[in-house]
Amino acid sequence: MQPLIAPDTETLVLGPDKGGIRRRRSQARKTAESYGFLAPTLILLVVLMVVPIVMVVGYSFQDNVILNKSPQFVGLDNFVAVVTDPAFLNAISNTLIFTVTSVVAHLVLGLTFAMLLNSELIGRVPRAIFRALYILPWLFTAAVIAVLWRMLFAPNGVINFLLGTNVEWLASPELALSSVTFINIWAGYPFFMVSLLAGLQGIPAELNEAARVDGANGVQRFFNVTIPQLRPIIVSLVLLDLIWTSQQFALIWLTTGGGPINVTEMLSTYTYKLAFSKYDFSLASTSAVLVLLMSMVLAYFYVRHQRARD
Amino acid sequence: MTMALKTRRRAMRVGVVIGLILGAIFAAAPVLWMLSSSFKSNTEIFELPPRLLTEKLSFDAYIAIFTDPEKLRFFLNSYIVAGFVTLLTLVVAIQAAYAFSRFEFRGKRLLNITIVSVQAVPPITLLIPYFGLVVALGLYNTYPGLIFTYMVFTLPYAIIMMTGYLNTLPRELDEAVRVDGAGSFTALWRVLVPISVPGIVSVGVYTFMIAWNEYLFALTLTRTVDMRTVPIGIQLLMGQHSYEWNEIMAMSILGSIPVLVLFLFFQRYFISGLTSGSVKS
Repeated sequence: MQPLIAPDTETLVLGPDKGGIRRRRSQARKTAESYGFLAPTLILLVVLMVVPIVMVVGYSFQDNVILNKSPQFVGLDNFVAVVTDPAFLNAISNTLIFTVTSVVAHLVLGLTFAMLLNSELIGRVPRAIFRALYILPWLFTAAVIAVLWRMLFAPNGVINFLLGTNVEWLASPELALSSVTFINIWAGYPFFMVSLLAGLQGIPAELNEAARVDGANGVQRFFNVTIPQLRPIIVSLVLLDLIWTSQQFALIWLTTGGGPINVTEMLSTYTYKLAFSKYDFSLASTSAVLVLLMSMVLAYFYVRHQRARD
Repeated sequence: MTMALKTRRRAMRVGVVIGLILGAIFAAAPVLWMLSSSFKSNTEIFELPPRLLTEKLSFDAYIAIFTDPEKLRFFLNSYIVAGFVTLLTLVVAIQAAYAFSRFEFRGKRLLNITIVSVQAVPPITLLIPYFGLVVALGLYNTYPGLIFTYMVFTLPYAIIMMTGYLNTLPRELDEAVRVDGAGSFTALWRVLVPISVPGIVSVGVYTFMIAWNEYLFALTLTRTVDMRTVPIGIQLLMGQHSYEWNEIMAMSILGSIPVLVLFLFFQRYFISGLTSGSVKS
């Protein structure tokens, strides 16, 4: 399941307003006290983040790490090897297609469902029932979603029966990437829907009223009132979803495993296989470092956007 | 004029209702199919034409799971791991959130950016060094190995959510106790924590759900069947019994129940936590 909240940096950045400057000694004591409370967090961050990242970067410049007791420094050899590996480039291209398609569809579906649920034309009870149904896919973990869709997409499964087709959705080189993308779309839109629904409810009614009085029709109000008002939320959601979807592993691993013939290979499955199928931990580390760098670019924009919103 | 308006309104309502129903089929039909399949016999699952409602309700799949100690063990493992992750995350996050909410200190900004950024670090990047570390520390295929590594995912969210919650509580509450001579630690645990129960519960439930659903580390940092968690159990079932779909679906349902139940009872907190995070102009 995807995380449920869009992190709110404002509360961390600003903190409560402190009126007036106290004496310096009191400030030093407060800093010491703060770090007392933060000590467990800091220790965990160092052990679980700083050390591992230093380790994996170190691995990426050596050969035969983990398996070899005394690995050699090989400079950029691993990076050259990974970047020139056609399988890596294929994984980047698949990840890009999978991620961009998923995120666009999540946004469109999430917004559509949020608008439908927010419509004043339906009553409170149907609204609550539909909302509960729409949230459903969010509540299942990737392993469950994967096996469920493997059953639905089976050659003799219900999807083929309903469509009158007889195709191997997950095993055919032409269809597999579209099929896993579809599954991911099904699994991921509720996060957008819930956030956008909250955003819609936060739009002041006067804005829509004023536009209506000015003679704007529904379509005009959508593009001139609703979308501009939702813009900050949409940007946050899109950036978060780009980060998460580009890292998706379980869903791919449990549906196609990256196959058939690598058409659904993602950066995550490519890296995983290098490490735990081929036992080439050095190349896997290099790939992992490259994935980290790409994610950090997205994270940079996300943090900057959150600050701009604050 | 009013007639035309009324007709248009009715047409729009029909449009909205049709849209809602189509959406509901898209969202819920696969889940219904999973539920229905778990009560079918394995031969009935791929019978043509497929039937949503089975003619003879079969509990075989559920019985098979409840009478197999190996499968029950998956659940036990998941409860142990998710339970400890939740407990530890809460203790650590509450203290960090208190510092963020109540103190100004050097390095606050940097630490904040770090915690927000941690959420973007790809699990696959951490996996290889974690594997090395966990093996080196003798924690491979153990509960602590899973519990500690999971905290890298749960802690940032817990701190951010908890800080947001503490910020909504008036500072006078805990400051009054501090002025009376009690330490900050006492002020936090004796005054703030008891009145923060709703916030703590929602952070706790959320943490539990992340830990319950984790797949990649559970796959890589454990080896023996008796250490596997539910998501891996579902995968093992898929491989072992060459597609006894009814049992796989029953396992999926049973494996989702803790999250479904928690969400059902606490969704109000989640939605409001979510909105406070994302709805800001």
